[in-house]
Amino acid sequence: MVSGLIPTRAGLILLGLCCALVAQCVLAGDGQCYVRPGSRAAALDDCVAPTAFMRRNHMELIKHQRDATVHQGIRGTRDSLAGCIDCHVSRAADGQPVAVNEKHQFCSACHAFAAVKVDCFDCHAAVPRGAPLSEAAGGMPENDLRRTNQ
Amino acid sequence: MKQQHPEETIDQGRRAWFGLAAGVTAAVAAPGVVLHLADAAPAVGTEGVPVTAAARWGLLIDTNKCLEGCRDCVDACARENGLDRQTKPAAQSSAAWADQRAVWLRKAKLADNLTGRVTNLPLMCQHCEHPPCVDVCPTGASFKRADGIVVVDRHVCIGCRYCMMACPYQARSFIHEAVHDQLTGVPRGKGCVESCNLCVSRRDHGLASTACVDACTAAGHGAIVFGDMKDPASPISLALKAMSSRQLREDLALNTGVRYAGL
Amino acid sequence: MKRIVYREWRIPPGRYWGILGILAVVIGLGGLSALYLEHQGHWVTGMNNFVVWGVPHVFAVFLIIAASGAVNVASIATVFGKGAYQPLGRLSGLLAVALLIGGLLVLVLDLGRPDRLLVALTHYNLRSIFAWNIYLYTGFIALVIAYLWSMADRMGAPFKKLIGLFAFGWRIALTTATGSIFGFLVARQAFDTAFLAPMFIIMSLAYGLAIFVLVLLFSFHEECRPVGDKLLMRLKRLLGLFVAAMLYFTLVYFLTKAYGAKTHGLVDWVLFDGGRYSALFWIGWVLIGALVPLGIIHHPVLGQDRNWIVAACILVVLGGLATLYVLVIGSQAYPLQMFPGHIILESGFFDGVKSETATYRPTIPEFLLGLGGVAVALIITAVGVRVLQFLPESLADAALPADAVYLPTASDRE
Ligand code: HEC
Ligand code: HEC
Ligand code: HEC
Repeated sequence: MVSGLIPTRAGLILLGLCCALVAQCVLAGDGQCYVRPGSRAAALDDCVAPTAFMRRNHMELIKHQRDATVHQGIRGTRDSLAGCIDCHVSRAADGQPVAVNEKHQFCSACHAFAAVKVDCFDCHAAVPRGAPLSEAAGGMPENDLRRTNQ
Repeated sequence: MKQQHPEETIDQGRRAWFGLAAGVTAAVAAPGVVLHLADAAPAVGTEGVPVTAAARWGLLIDTNKCLEGCRDCVDACARENGLDRQTKPAAQSSAAWADQRAVWLRKAKLADNLTGRVTNLPLMCQHCEHPPCVDVCPTGASFKRADGIVVVDRHVCIGCRYCMMACPYQARSFIHEAVHDQLTGVPRGKGCVESCNLCVSRRDHGLASTACVDACTAAGHGAIVFGDMKDPASPISLALKAMSSRQLREDLALNTGVRYAGL
Repeated sequence: MKRIVYREWRIPPGRYWGILGILAVVIGLGGLSALYLEHQGHWVTGMNNFVVWGVPHVFAVFLIIAASGAVNVASIATVFGKGAYQPLGRLSGLLAVALLIGGLLVLVLDLGRPDRLLVALTHYNLRSIFAWNIYLYTGFIALVIAYLWSMADRMGAPFKKLIGLFAFGWRIALTTATGSIFGFLVARQAFDTAFLAPMFIIMSLAYGLAIFVLVLLFSFHEECRPVGDKLLMRLKRLLGLFVAAMLYFTLVYFLTKAYGAKTHGLVDWVLFDGGRYSALFWIGWVLIGALVPLGIIHHPVLGQDRNWIVAACILVVLGGLATLYVLVIGSQAYPLQMFPGHIILESGFFDGVKSETATYRPTIPEFLLGLGGVAVALIITAVGVRVLQFLPESLADAALPADAVYLPTASDRE
């Protein structure tokens, strides 16, 4: 129903993206980003949406996903919180995942910088633990999180 | 590193960065627009489909096949939902903890007062069509999905426990302690109320059954049938038609999604 | 009759700050308990999956219904035209707001996620009587503040009658809704009756008035302001009436429950086999909360003695807490009747195995939280009367206005 508008919007994103990228370079100098070495994301080029967009809007995406999942049963799509964690979690030398909300880890480093507090990890596992479906149910479902972004 | 800049630079940097980003946001990220953007992005993975009222999920429990002392369904439920990971707070007594830990599914053994006939059955959320917990919930956190599953949206639950007062089946548990080591697929945490959700993520991924049913079937008891009560050809509908069954507390006319045969 | 003059509560600063200090300590302890509870989770309380509402709720419900009872004194003057009560209106309004805030605070701090209070205000389910209460409570506070304005400000005077009438209607709705929080719970044998709504109204009248009389006598005594005997006797007799009505409602409640076969067991249990709940019922609810105060009030000698009247009021308050303990907690401890005609032999959860009742052992933080709410109500009142003109200079009988509609009462004929 809004498909007619998309090209314009896409243009706008591009424009915004450029601005944001420029700003980022100016500000961060070395282009430092929060993606942790050793996470799957470190080996990839893109997030689930353009990076600049993610920086600003990841909370909207996750919250939208949250309501879609809890109320409408829409799961395993690209914006799932489990997916963010799965891709962004870094691994210690021994290969063990390090919680994304631990100090200096992906979600917390930036949140500490931006003085944001999220309570999501009171309930949500901060490391991948168990597949989206239990092993009894056959582990990874069809729309495998690992495959959604490749 | 950005986060190591002195205080002031951080603030300025942050403001400028946000200022610019805000421009981007203003242009593209008004809430509604974000959603469309997300939809319009190149399709990655399988988009889920919202649940509809075309199905109504339910269970039929044949108490004649439910064995005394068997805990297969209970254990399977605990494993599936990470309830076996619960730990007693060190300072709490075991007796008090037994009343405070979460239980989604339990077994009960009853005897008829007159005849002494003994019945064993599993008890869980009965997924009422007219759930009292949903009626009383002040924030609407307790709700019924279109497919009849009663769940708590724990992002909106304030932990008032009024639903637990209202539930005729004592089906709900309050999380009395901080939770660690949750499963990714089953988030749970302190201060909210939870209960059986008919293995809701299995539903959304199109799986055939629930953890308790699988365990019961695998053990060869076959005491629980799961399925769509709206589909006349589903095993549960056929079984419901074939044998007489009851709802617990049918006097309340809640039209439960869980039915018991042989009670 | 003279014009009524209101004056701030001018007790010596040392005394005043002493009182505030004590209250602040109690509030501090309540606050610490709330923090402790939120940090640890509810496992540090005696509450569990079966008795989900405990001592904090006893205090909260008590304070909330007492609030709607306290404003009744003002209503008697404005709505029912009893002039003698008119000078009491301001204190009655203040006390109502203070008690309600204290009660709500306890209720909110006991939530599993008090940090999500905002959620409660932005998401609501209109089918929930609890959600309705949120609006009834906030509306009540706003309305009583308007009422206070109409009583205190010349500009408000023309609206006083109207606002008073509205406030009266609102407080009836509020207590009805509070009673319905329990009354609408079809699942539980002890609740599931609309009768709880009027019963809560009667209880609110008694508790609210008892607290009102205590606060009135204490504040006047501290400053040696006079309270006329005639007025006090009227208040006392009114309290007697409310307490008697409460006793009657208690009787009818249990008769109703005893009549239905499915609630026989419940009545037996509360009245006889309930251990501490039975003890609290007979000693707290009936004896301390009703019979002894009635005895004092109607005693020819004791009933004239202020100290005894104070004692009667204190007993009504204590009895009220016991009443709510039995009503709120006992009703949850009594097992649900899930399988009529069956006895539960074993269960992996509490299901009233062999008709056993649920255990609930309240812990100290729960009491501290509840008392903190009481202290909040009192501190609001204390500060209110200190800085604003809530208390009439004199309540000596000669200073009181006459009733607008003169209805002879027993003592007038004496
Ligand atoms: C398939 C892997 C993958 C998934 C899933 C994923 N991301 Fe990313 N994310 C990336 C990569 C790769 C980058 C870095 C992009 C770049 O360098 O420009 C990134 C960057 C980001 C950034 C910007 C970081 C910075 O340094 O500024 C944020 C914020 C972010 N992701 C949040 C999320 C959130 C929230 C989710 C879940 C909705 C998510 N990501 C899911 C791979 C992923
Ligand atoms: C009190 C516990 C609790 C807290 C706190 C919580 N969640 Fe959840 N969340 C849940 C539960 C339970 C589910 C799963 C519901 C289901 O499976 O149907 C869930 C599901 C989700 C989902 C969909 C599943 C997925 O992995 O994509 C998202 C997204 C989500 N939550 C986001 C959040 C965010 C963002 C926050 C923090 C602002 C948060 N949640 C805080 C309990 C919680
Ligand atoms: C590049 C920095 C950055 C990274 C990386 C990042 N965030 Fe954020 N996040 C923010 C900022 C900034 C805000 C606050 C935005 C605001 O207040 O409007 C925020 C807000 C949020 C919120 C909303 C909080 C609220 O109370 O509304 C959620 C949820 C969230 N982030 C989740 C995550 C998760 C999960 C991750 C890791 C997968 C993550 N974020 C990584 C910068 C980041």
